Amino acid sequence: MHTLPGVEGFMYPNEMELQWSILIVIYPYLTGLVAGAFILASLQRVFNVEAVKPTYRLALLTALAFMLIAPLPLQLHLGHPERSLEMFLTPHTTSAMAMFGFVYLWYLLAVLVIEIWLEFRPYIVEQAQTASGALRLFYRALTLGSYNVSPHALEIDDRVGRIITVVGIPSAFLLHGYVGFIFGSIKANPWWSTPLMPVVFLFSAIVSGIAAVLLIYLVYCKLSKIPIDMPCLDSMAKYLYYAFLVDFSLEMLDLIHRIYVSDESFKSLDFMVHTRLYGSQVVGQIVLGTVLPIGLLGLTQLLSLSVQVRQRLYVTAGALTMAGIFLMRWNVVIGGQLFSKSFLGYTTYKMGFATREGLLPALVVLVLPLLVLWVLVRLFPPMEEQRPAPARPGDQA
Amino acid sequence: MSLDRREFLAKGTMFLLLTGAASRAWAFIEQGRPQDAPDYDLATHWWAMFIDIEKCIGCGRCVDACKVENDVPPEAYYSRTWVERYIIPPIDPADPMAEILPIVDSPNAGRDGFPEVPAVAGAKSFFVPKLCNHCAESPCTQVCPVGATFRGPDGVVLIDKTWCVGCRYCIQACPYGCRFLDPRTNTADKCTLCYHRITRGLTTACCEVCPTQARVLGNLRNPDDPIHQLLKEHNVQVLKPNLATGAKAYYNGLDGAVR
Repeated sequence: MHTLPGVEGFMYPNEMELQWSILIVIYPYLTGLVAGAFILASLQRVFNVEAVKPTYRLALLTALAFMLIAPLPLQLHLGHPERSLEMFLTPHTTSAMAMFGFVYLWYLLAVLVIEIWLEFRPYIVEQAQTASGALRLFYRALTLGSYNVSPHALEIDDRVGRIITVVGIPSAFLLHGYVGFIFGSIKANPWWSTPLMPVVFLFSAIVSGIAAVLLIYLVYCKLSKIPIDMPCLDSMAKYLYYAFLVDFSLEMLDLIHRIYVSDESFKSLDFMVHTRLYGSQVVGQIVLGTVLPIGLLGLTQLLSLSVQVRQRLYVTAGALTMAGIFLMRWNVVIGGQLFSKSFLGYTTYKMGFATREGLLPALVVLVLPLLVLWVLVRLFPPMEEQRPAPARPGDQA
Repeated sequence: MSLDRREFLAKGTMFLLLTGAASRAWAFIEQGRPQDAPDYDLATHWWAMFIDIEKCIGCGRCVDACKVENDVPPEAYYSRTWVERYIIPPIDPADPMAEILPIVDSPNAGRDGFPEVPAVAGAKSFFVPKLCNHCAESPCTQVCPVGATFRGPDGVVLIDKTWCVGCRYCIQACPYGCRFLDPRTNTADKCTLCYHRITRGLTTACCEVCPTQARVLGNLRNPDDPIHQLLKEHNVQVLKPNLATGAKAYYNGLDGAVR
């Protein structure tokens, strides 16, 4: 029989090439980080978890940084990016993708930006009066003409901010649950088509968001010479651990259901997991990216370990989690295109390097949110009150 | 009405070449609005295709005709239609529980026919022509974020290439693998059921060239169309009926192994 390089068995002719590339892997990864970071931030605001308060502003800025870059991989991927605005101007109401545009805009403009503005308003007003040059103009524009930071005004800000957070939590759930729905609603593809997909996406988003904020918090503290708040770190690790347990349980439920039901696609998908996806799914996602970090986090919950050991375990678990969730997105997006819808063959993903959808632009898109965050934390310092007061001459050590 | 000599010659030549209804429709086809042509009434058509697996000889002329007629990129992985060869080994009486995996191929999408392969003792073999099923409940049109792909009132699923954003969601949503991204336009592409032909009273290119009439285009809204007789006289099935897409490519002799 006739086979092409990288193709095994029979694929429909149009299936040889993968349609969604690494950029579409990155897209749900970034939106997941947005949703997860926001949900972590809302723990303090809505549920009054005081322990994670030091990360509140940083988590919001992290969410904004990733949110601003999230559409970029989509734009790079589109055959006609110049027409992308049509999704908003002439949306097709039965399309999950079209409606997602509105969910995204709602979340960005009605939730995230307003909440950050309210949170930083006193700082913006202060800078509008004390900064100089272009920065002064920038902050003056951001005040929107309101310089009132009286206790009464701040109280109103706080109340409005609380309402927005309450609205924001279901919005964040919607944001990432919806990304899962974009895949889960494709009945043509049994790898994607499960009602669990939005829920799995949501919990994996929470997991990756908490891990990202945990790591960014540690790096930011180190770079800004701010002492690390261990109760805060311990709390984040605890939430990461529990969210990860739920996420892992859901993924295992999906797996067990597939094995037990064994529908017509099962043998094909099972073969794929044992061959082409073995490295990225079984080894990368499940063992190294899920079981190991859950184990490490579990250790910190069970044993009483020193601060230094805990920090190292958190960093290791956080980094493994980030990699594991990235691989989860990879296995969903890329894995879902490696097998034929005839269930009779398999193809290979060939990733370019310096091509429009290659590895290089993918790496750039992954690094960009961190650069945006770097700018944001300079414009809106998130943890100034935690910075130790500088020692004055004559102070006793 | 005043015509200069050039216009007179162009219109006169067109009238001589196309004659009758086709010549009147041509202006609309050129403008990309064949449905507005005076002799094509969308409301009186609901297109479907009858495909007789028992008649298909795997010659690949349909694939070739489609490529030429519709200017489809020549590579096999840009196919509006293709032909698959199924070879299904027999059940082994010594191990009847063993899984029977069909051997399927479609070299160059079947365009050049099929080379001989070593016979598998006791196996059955047949050819399956594939094309867009022009589903009544098409999953591809459902997911298009801008409505660039749509099902017309005559049941044909089309793509407006001036509107398509090239997100490829429709390609993912098609259960039959009938769509691809045209590398020249960066937009989705698929079988149009030769819309430029069928709206002028012609049949599709693939049906036109089929030497065995394994493909027959029909208008289900026309009670006198022979497709009604074909559907009545044969046990037909659509591909992947469990997905409830309302597929309108009706197969006679479709083996359960075909996906």
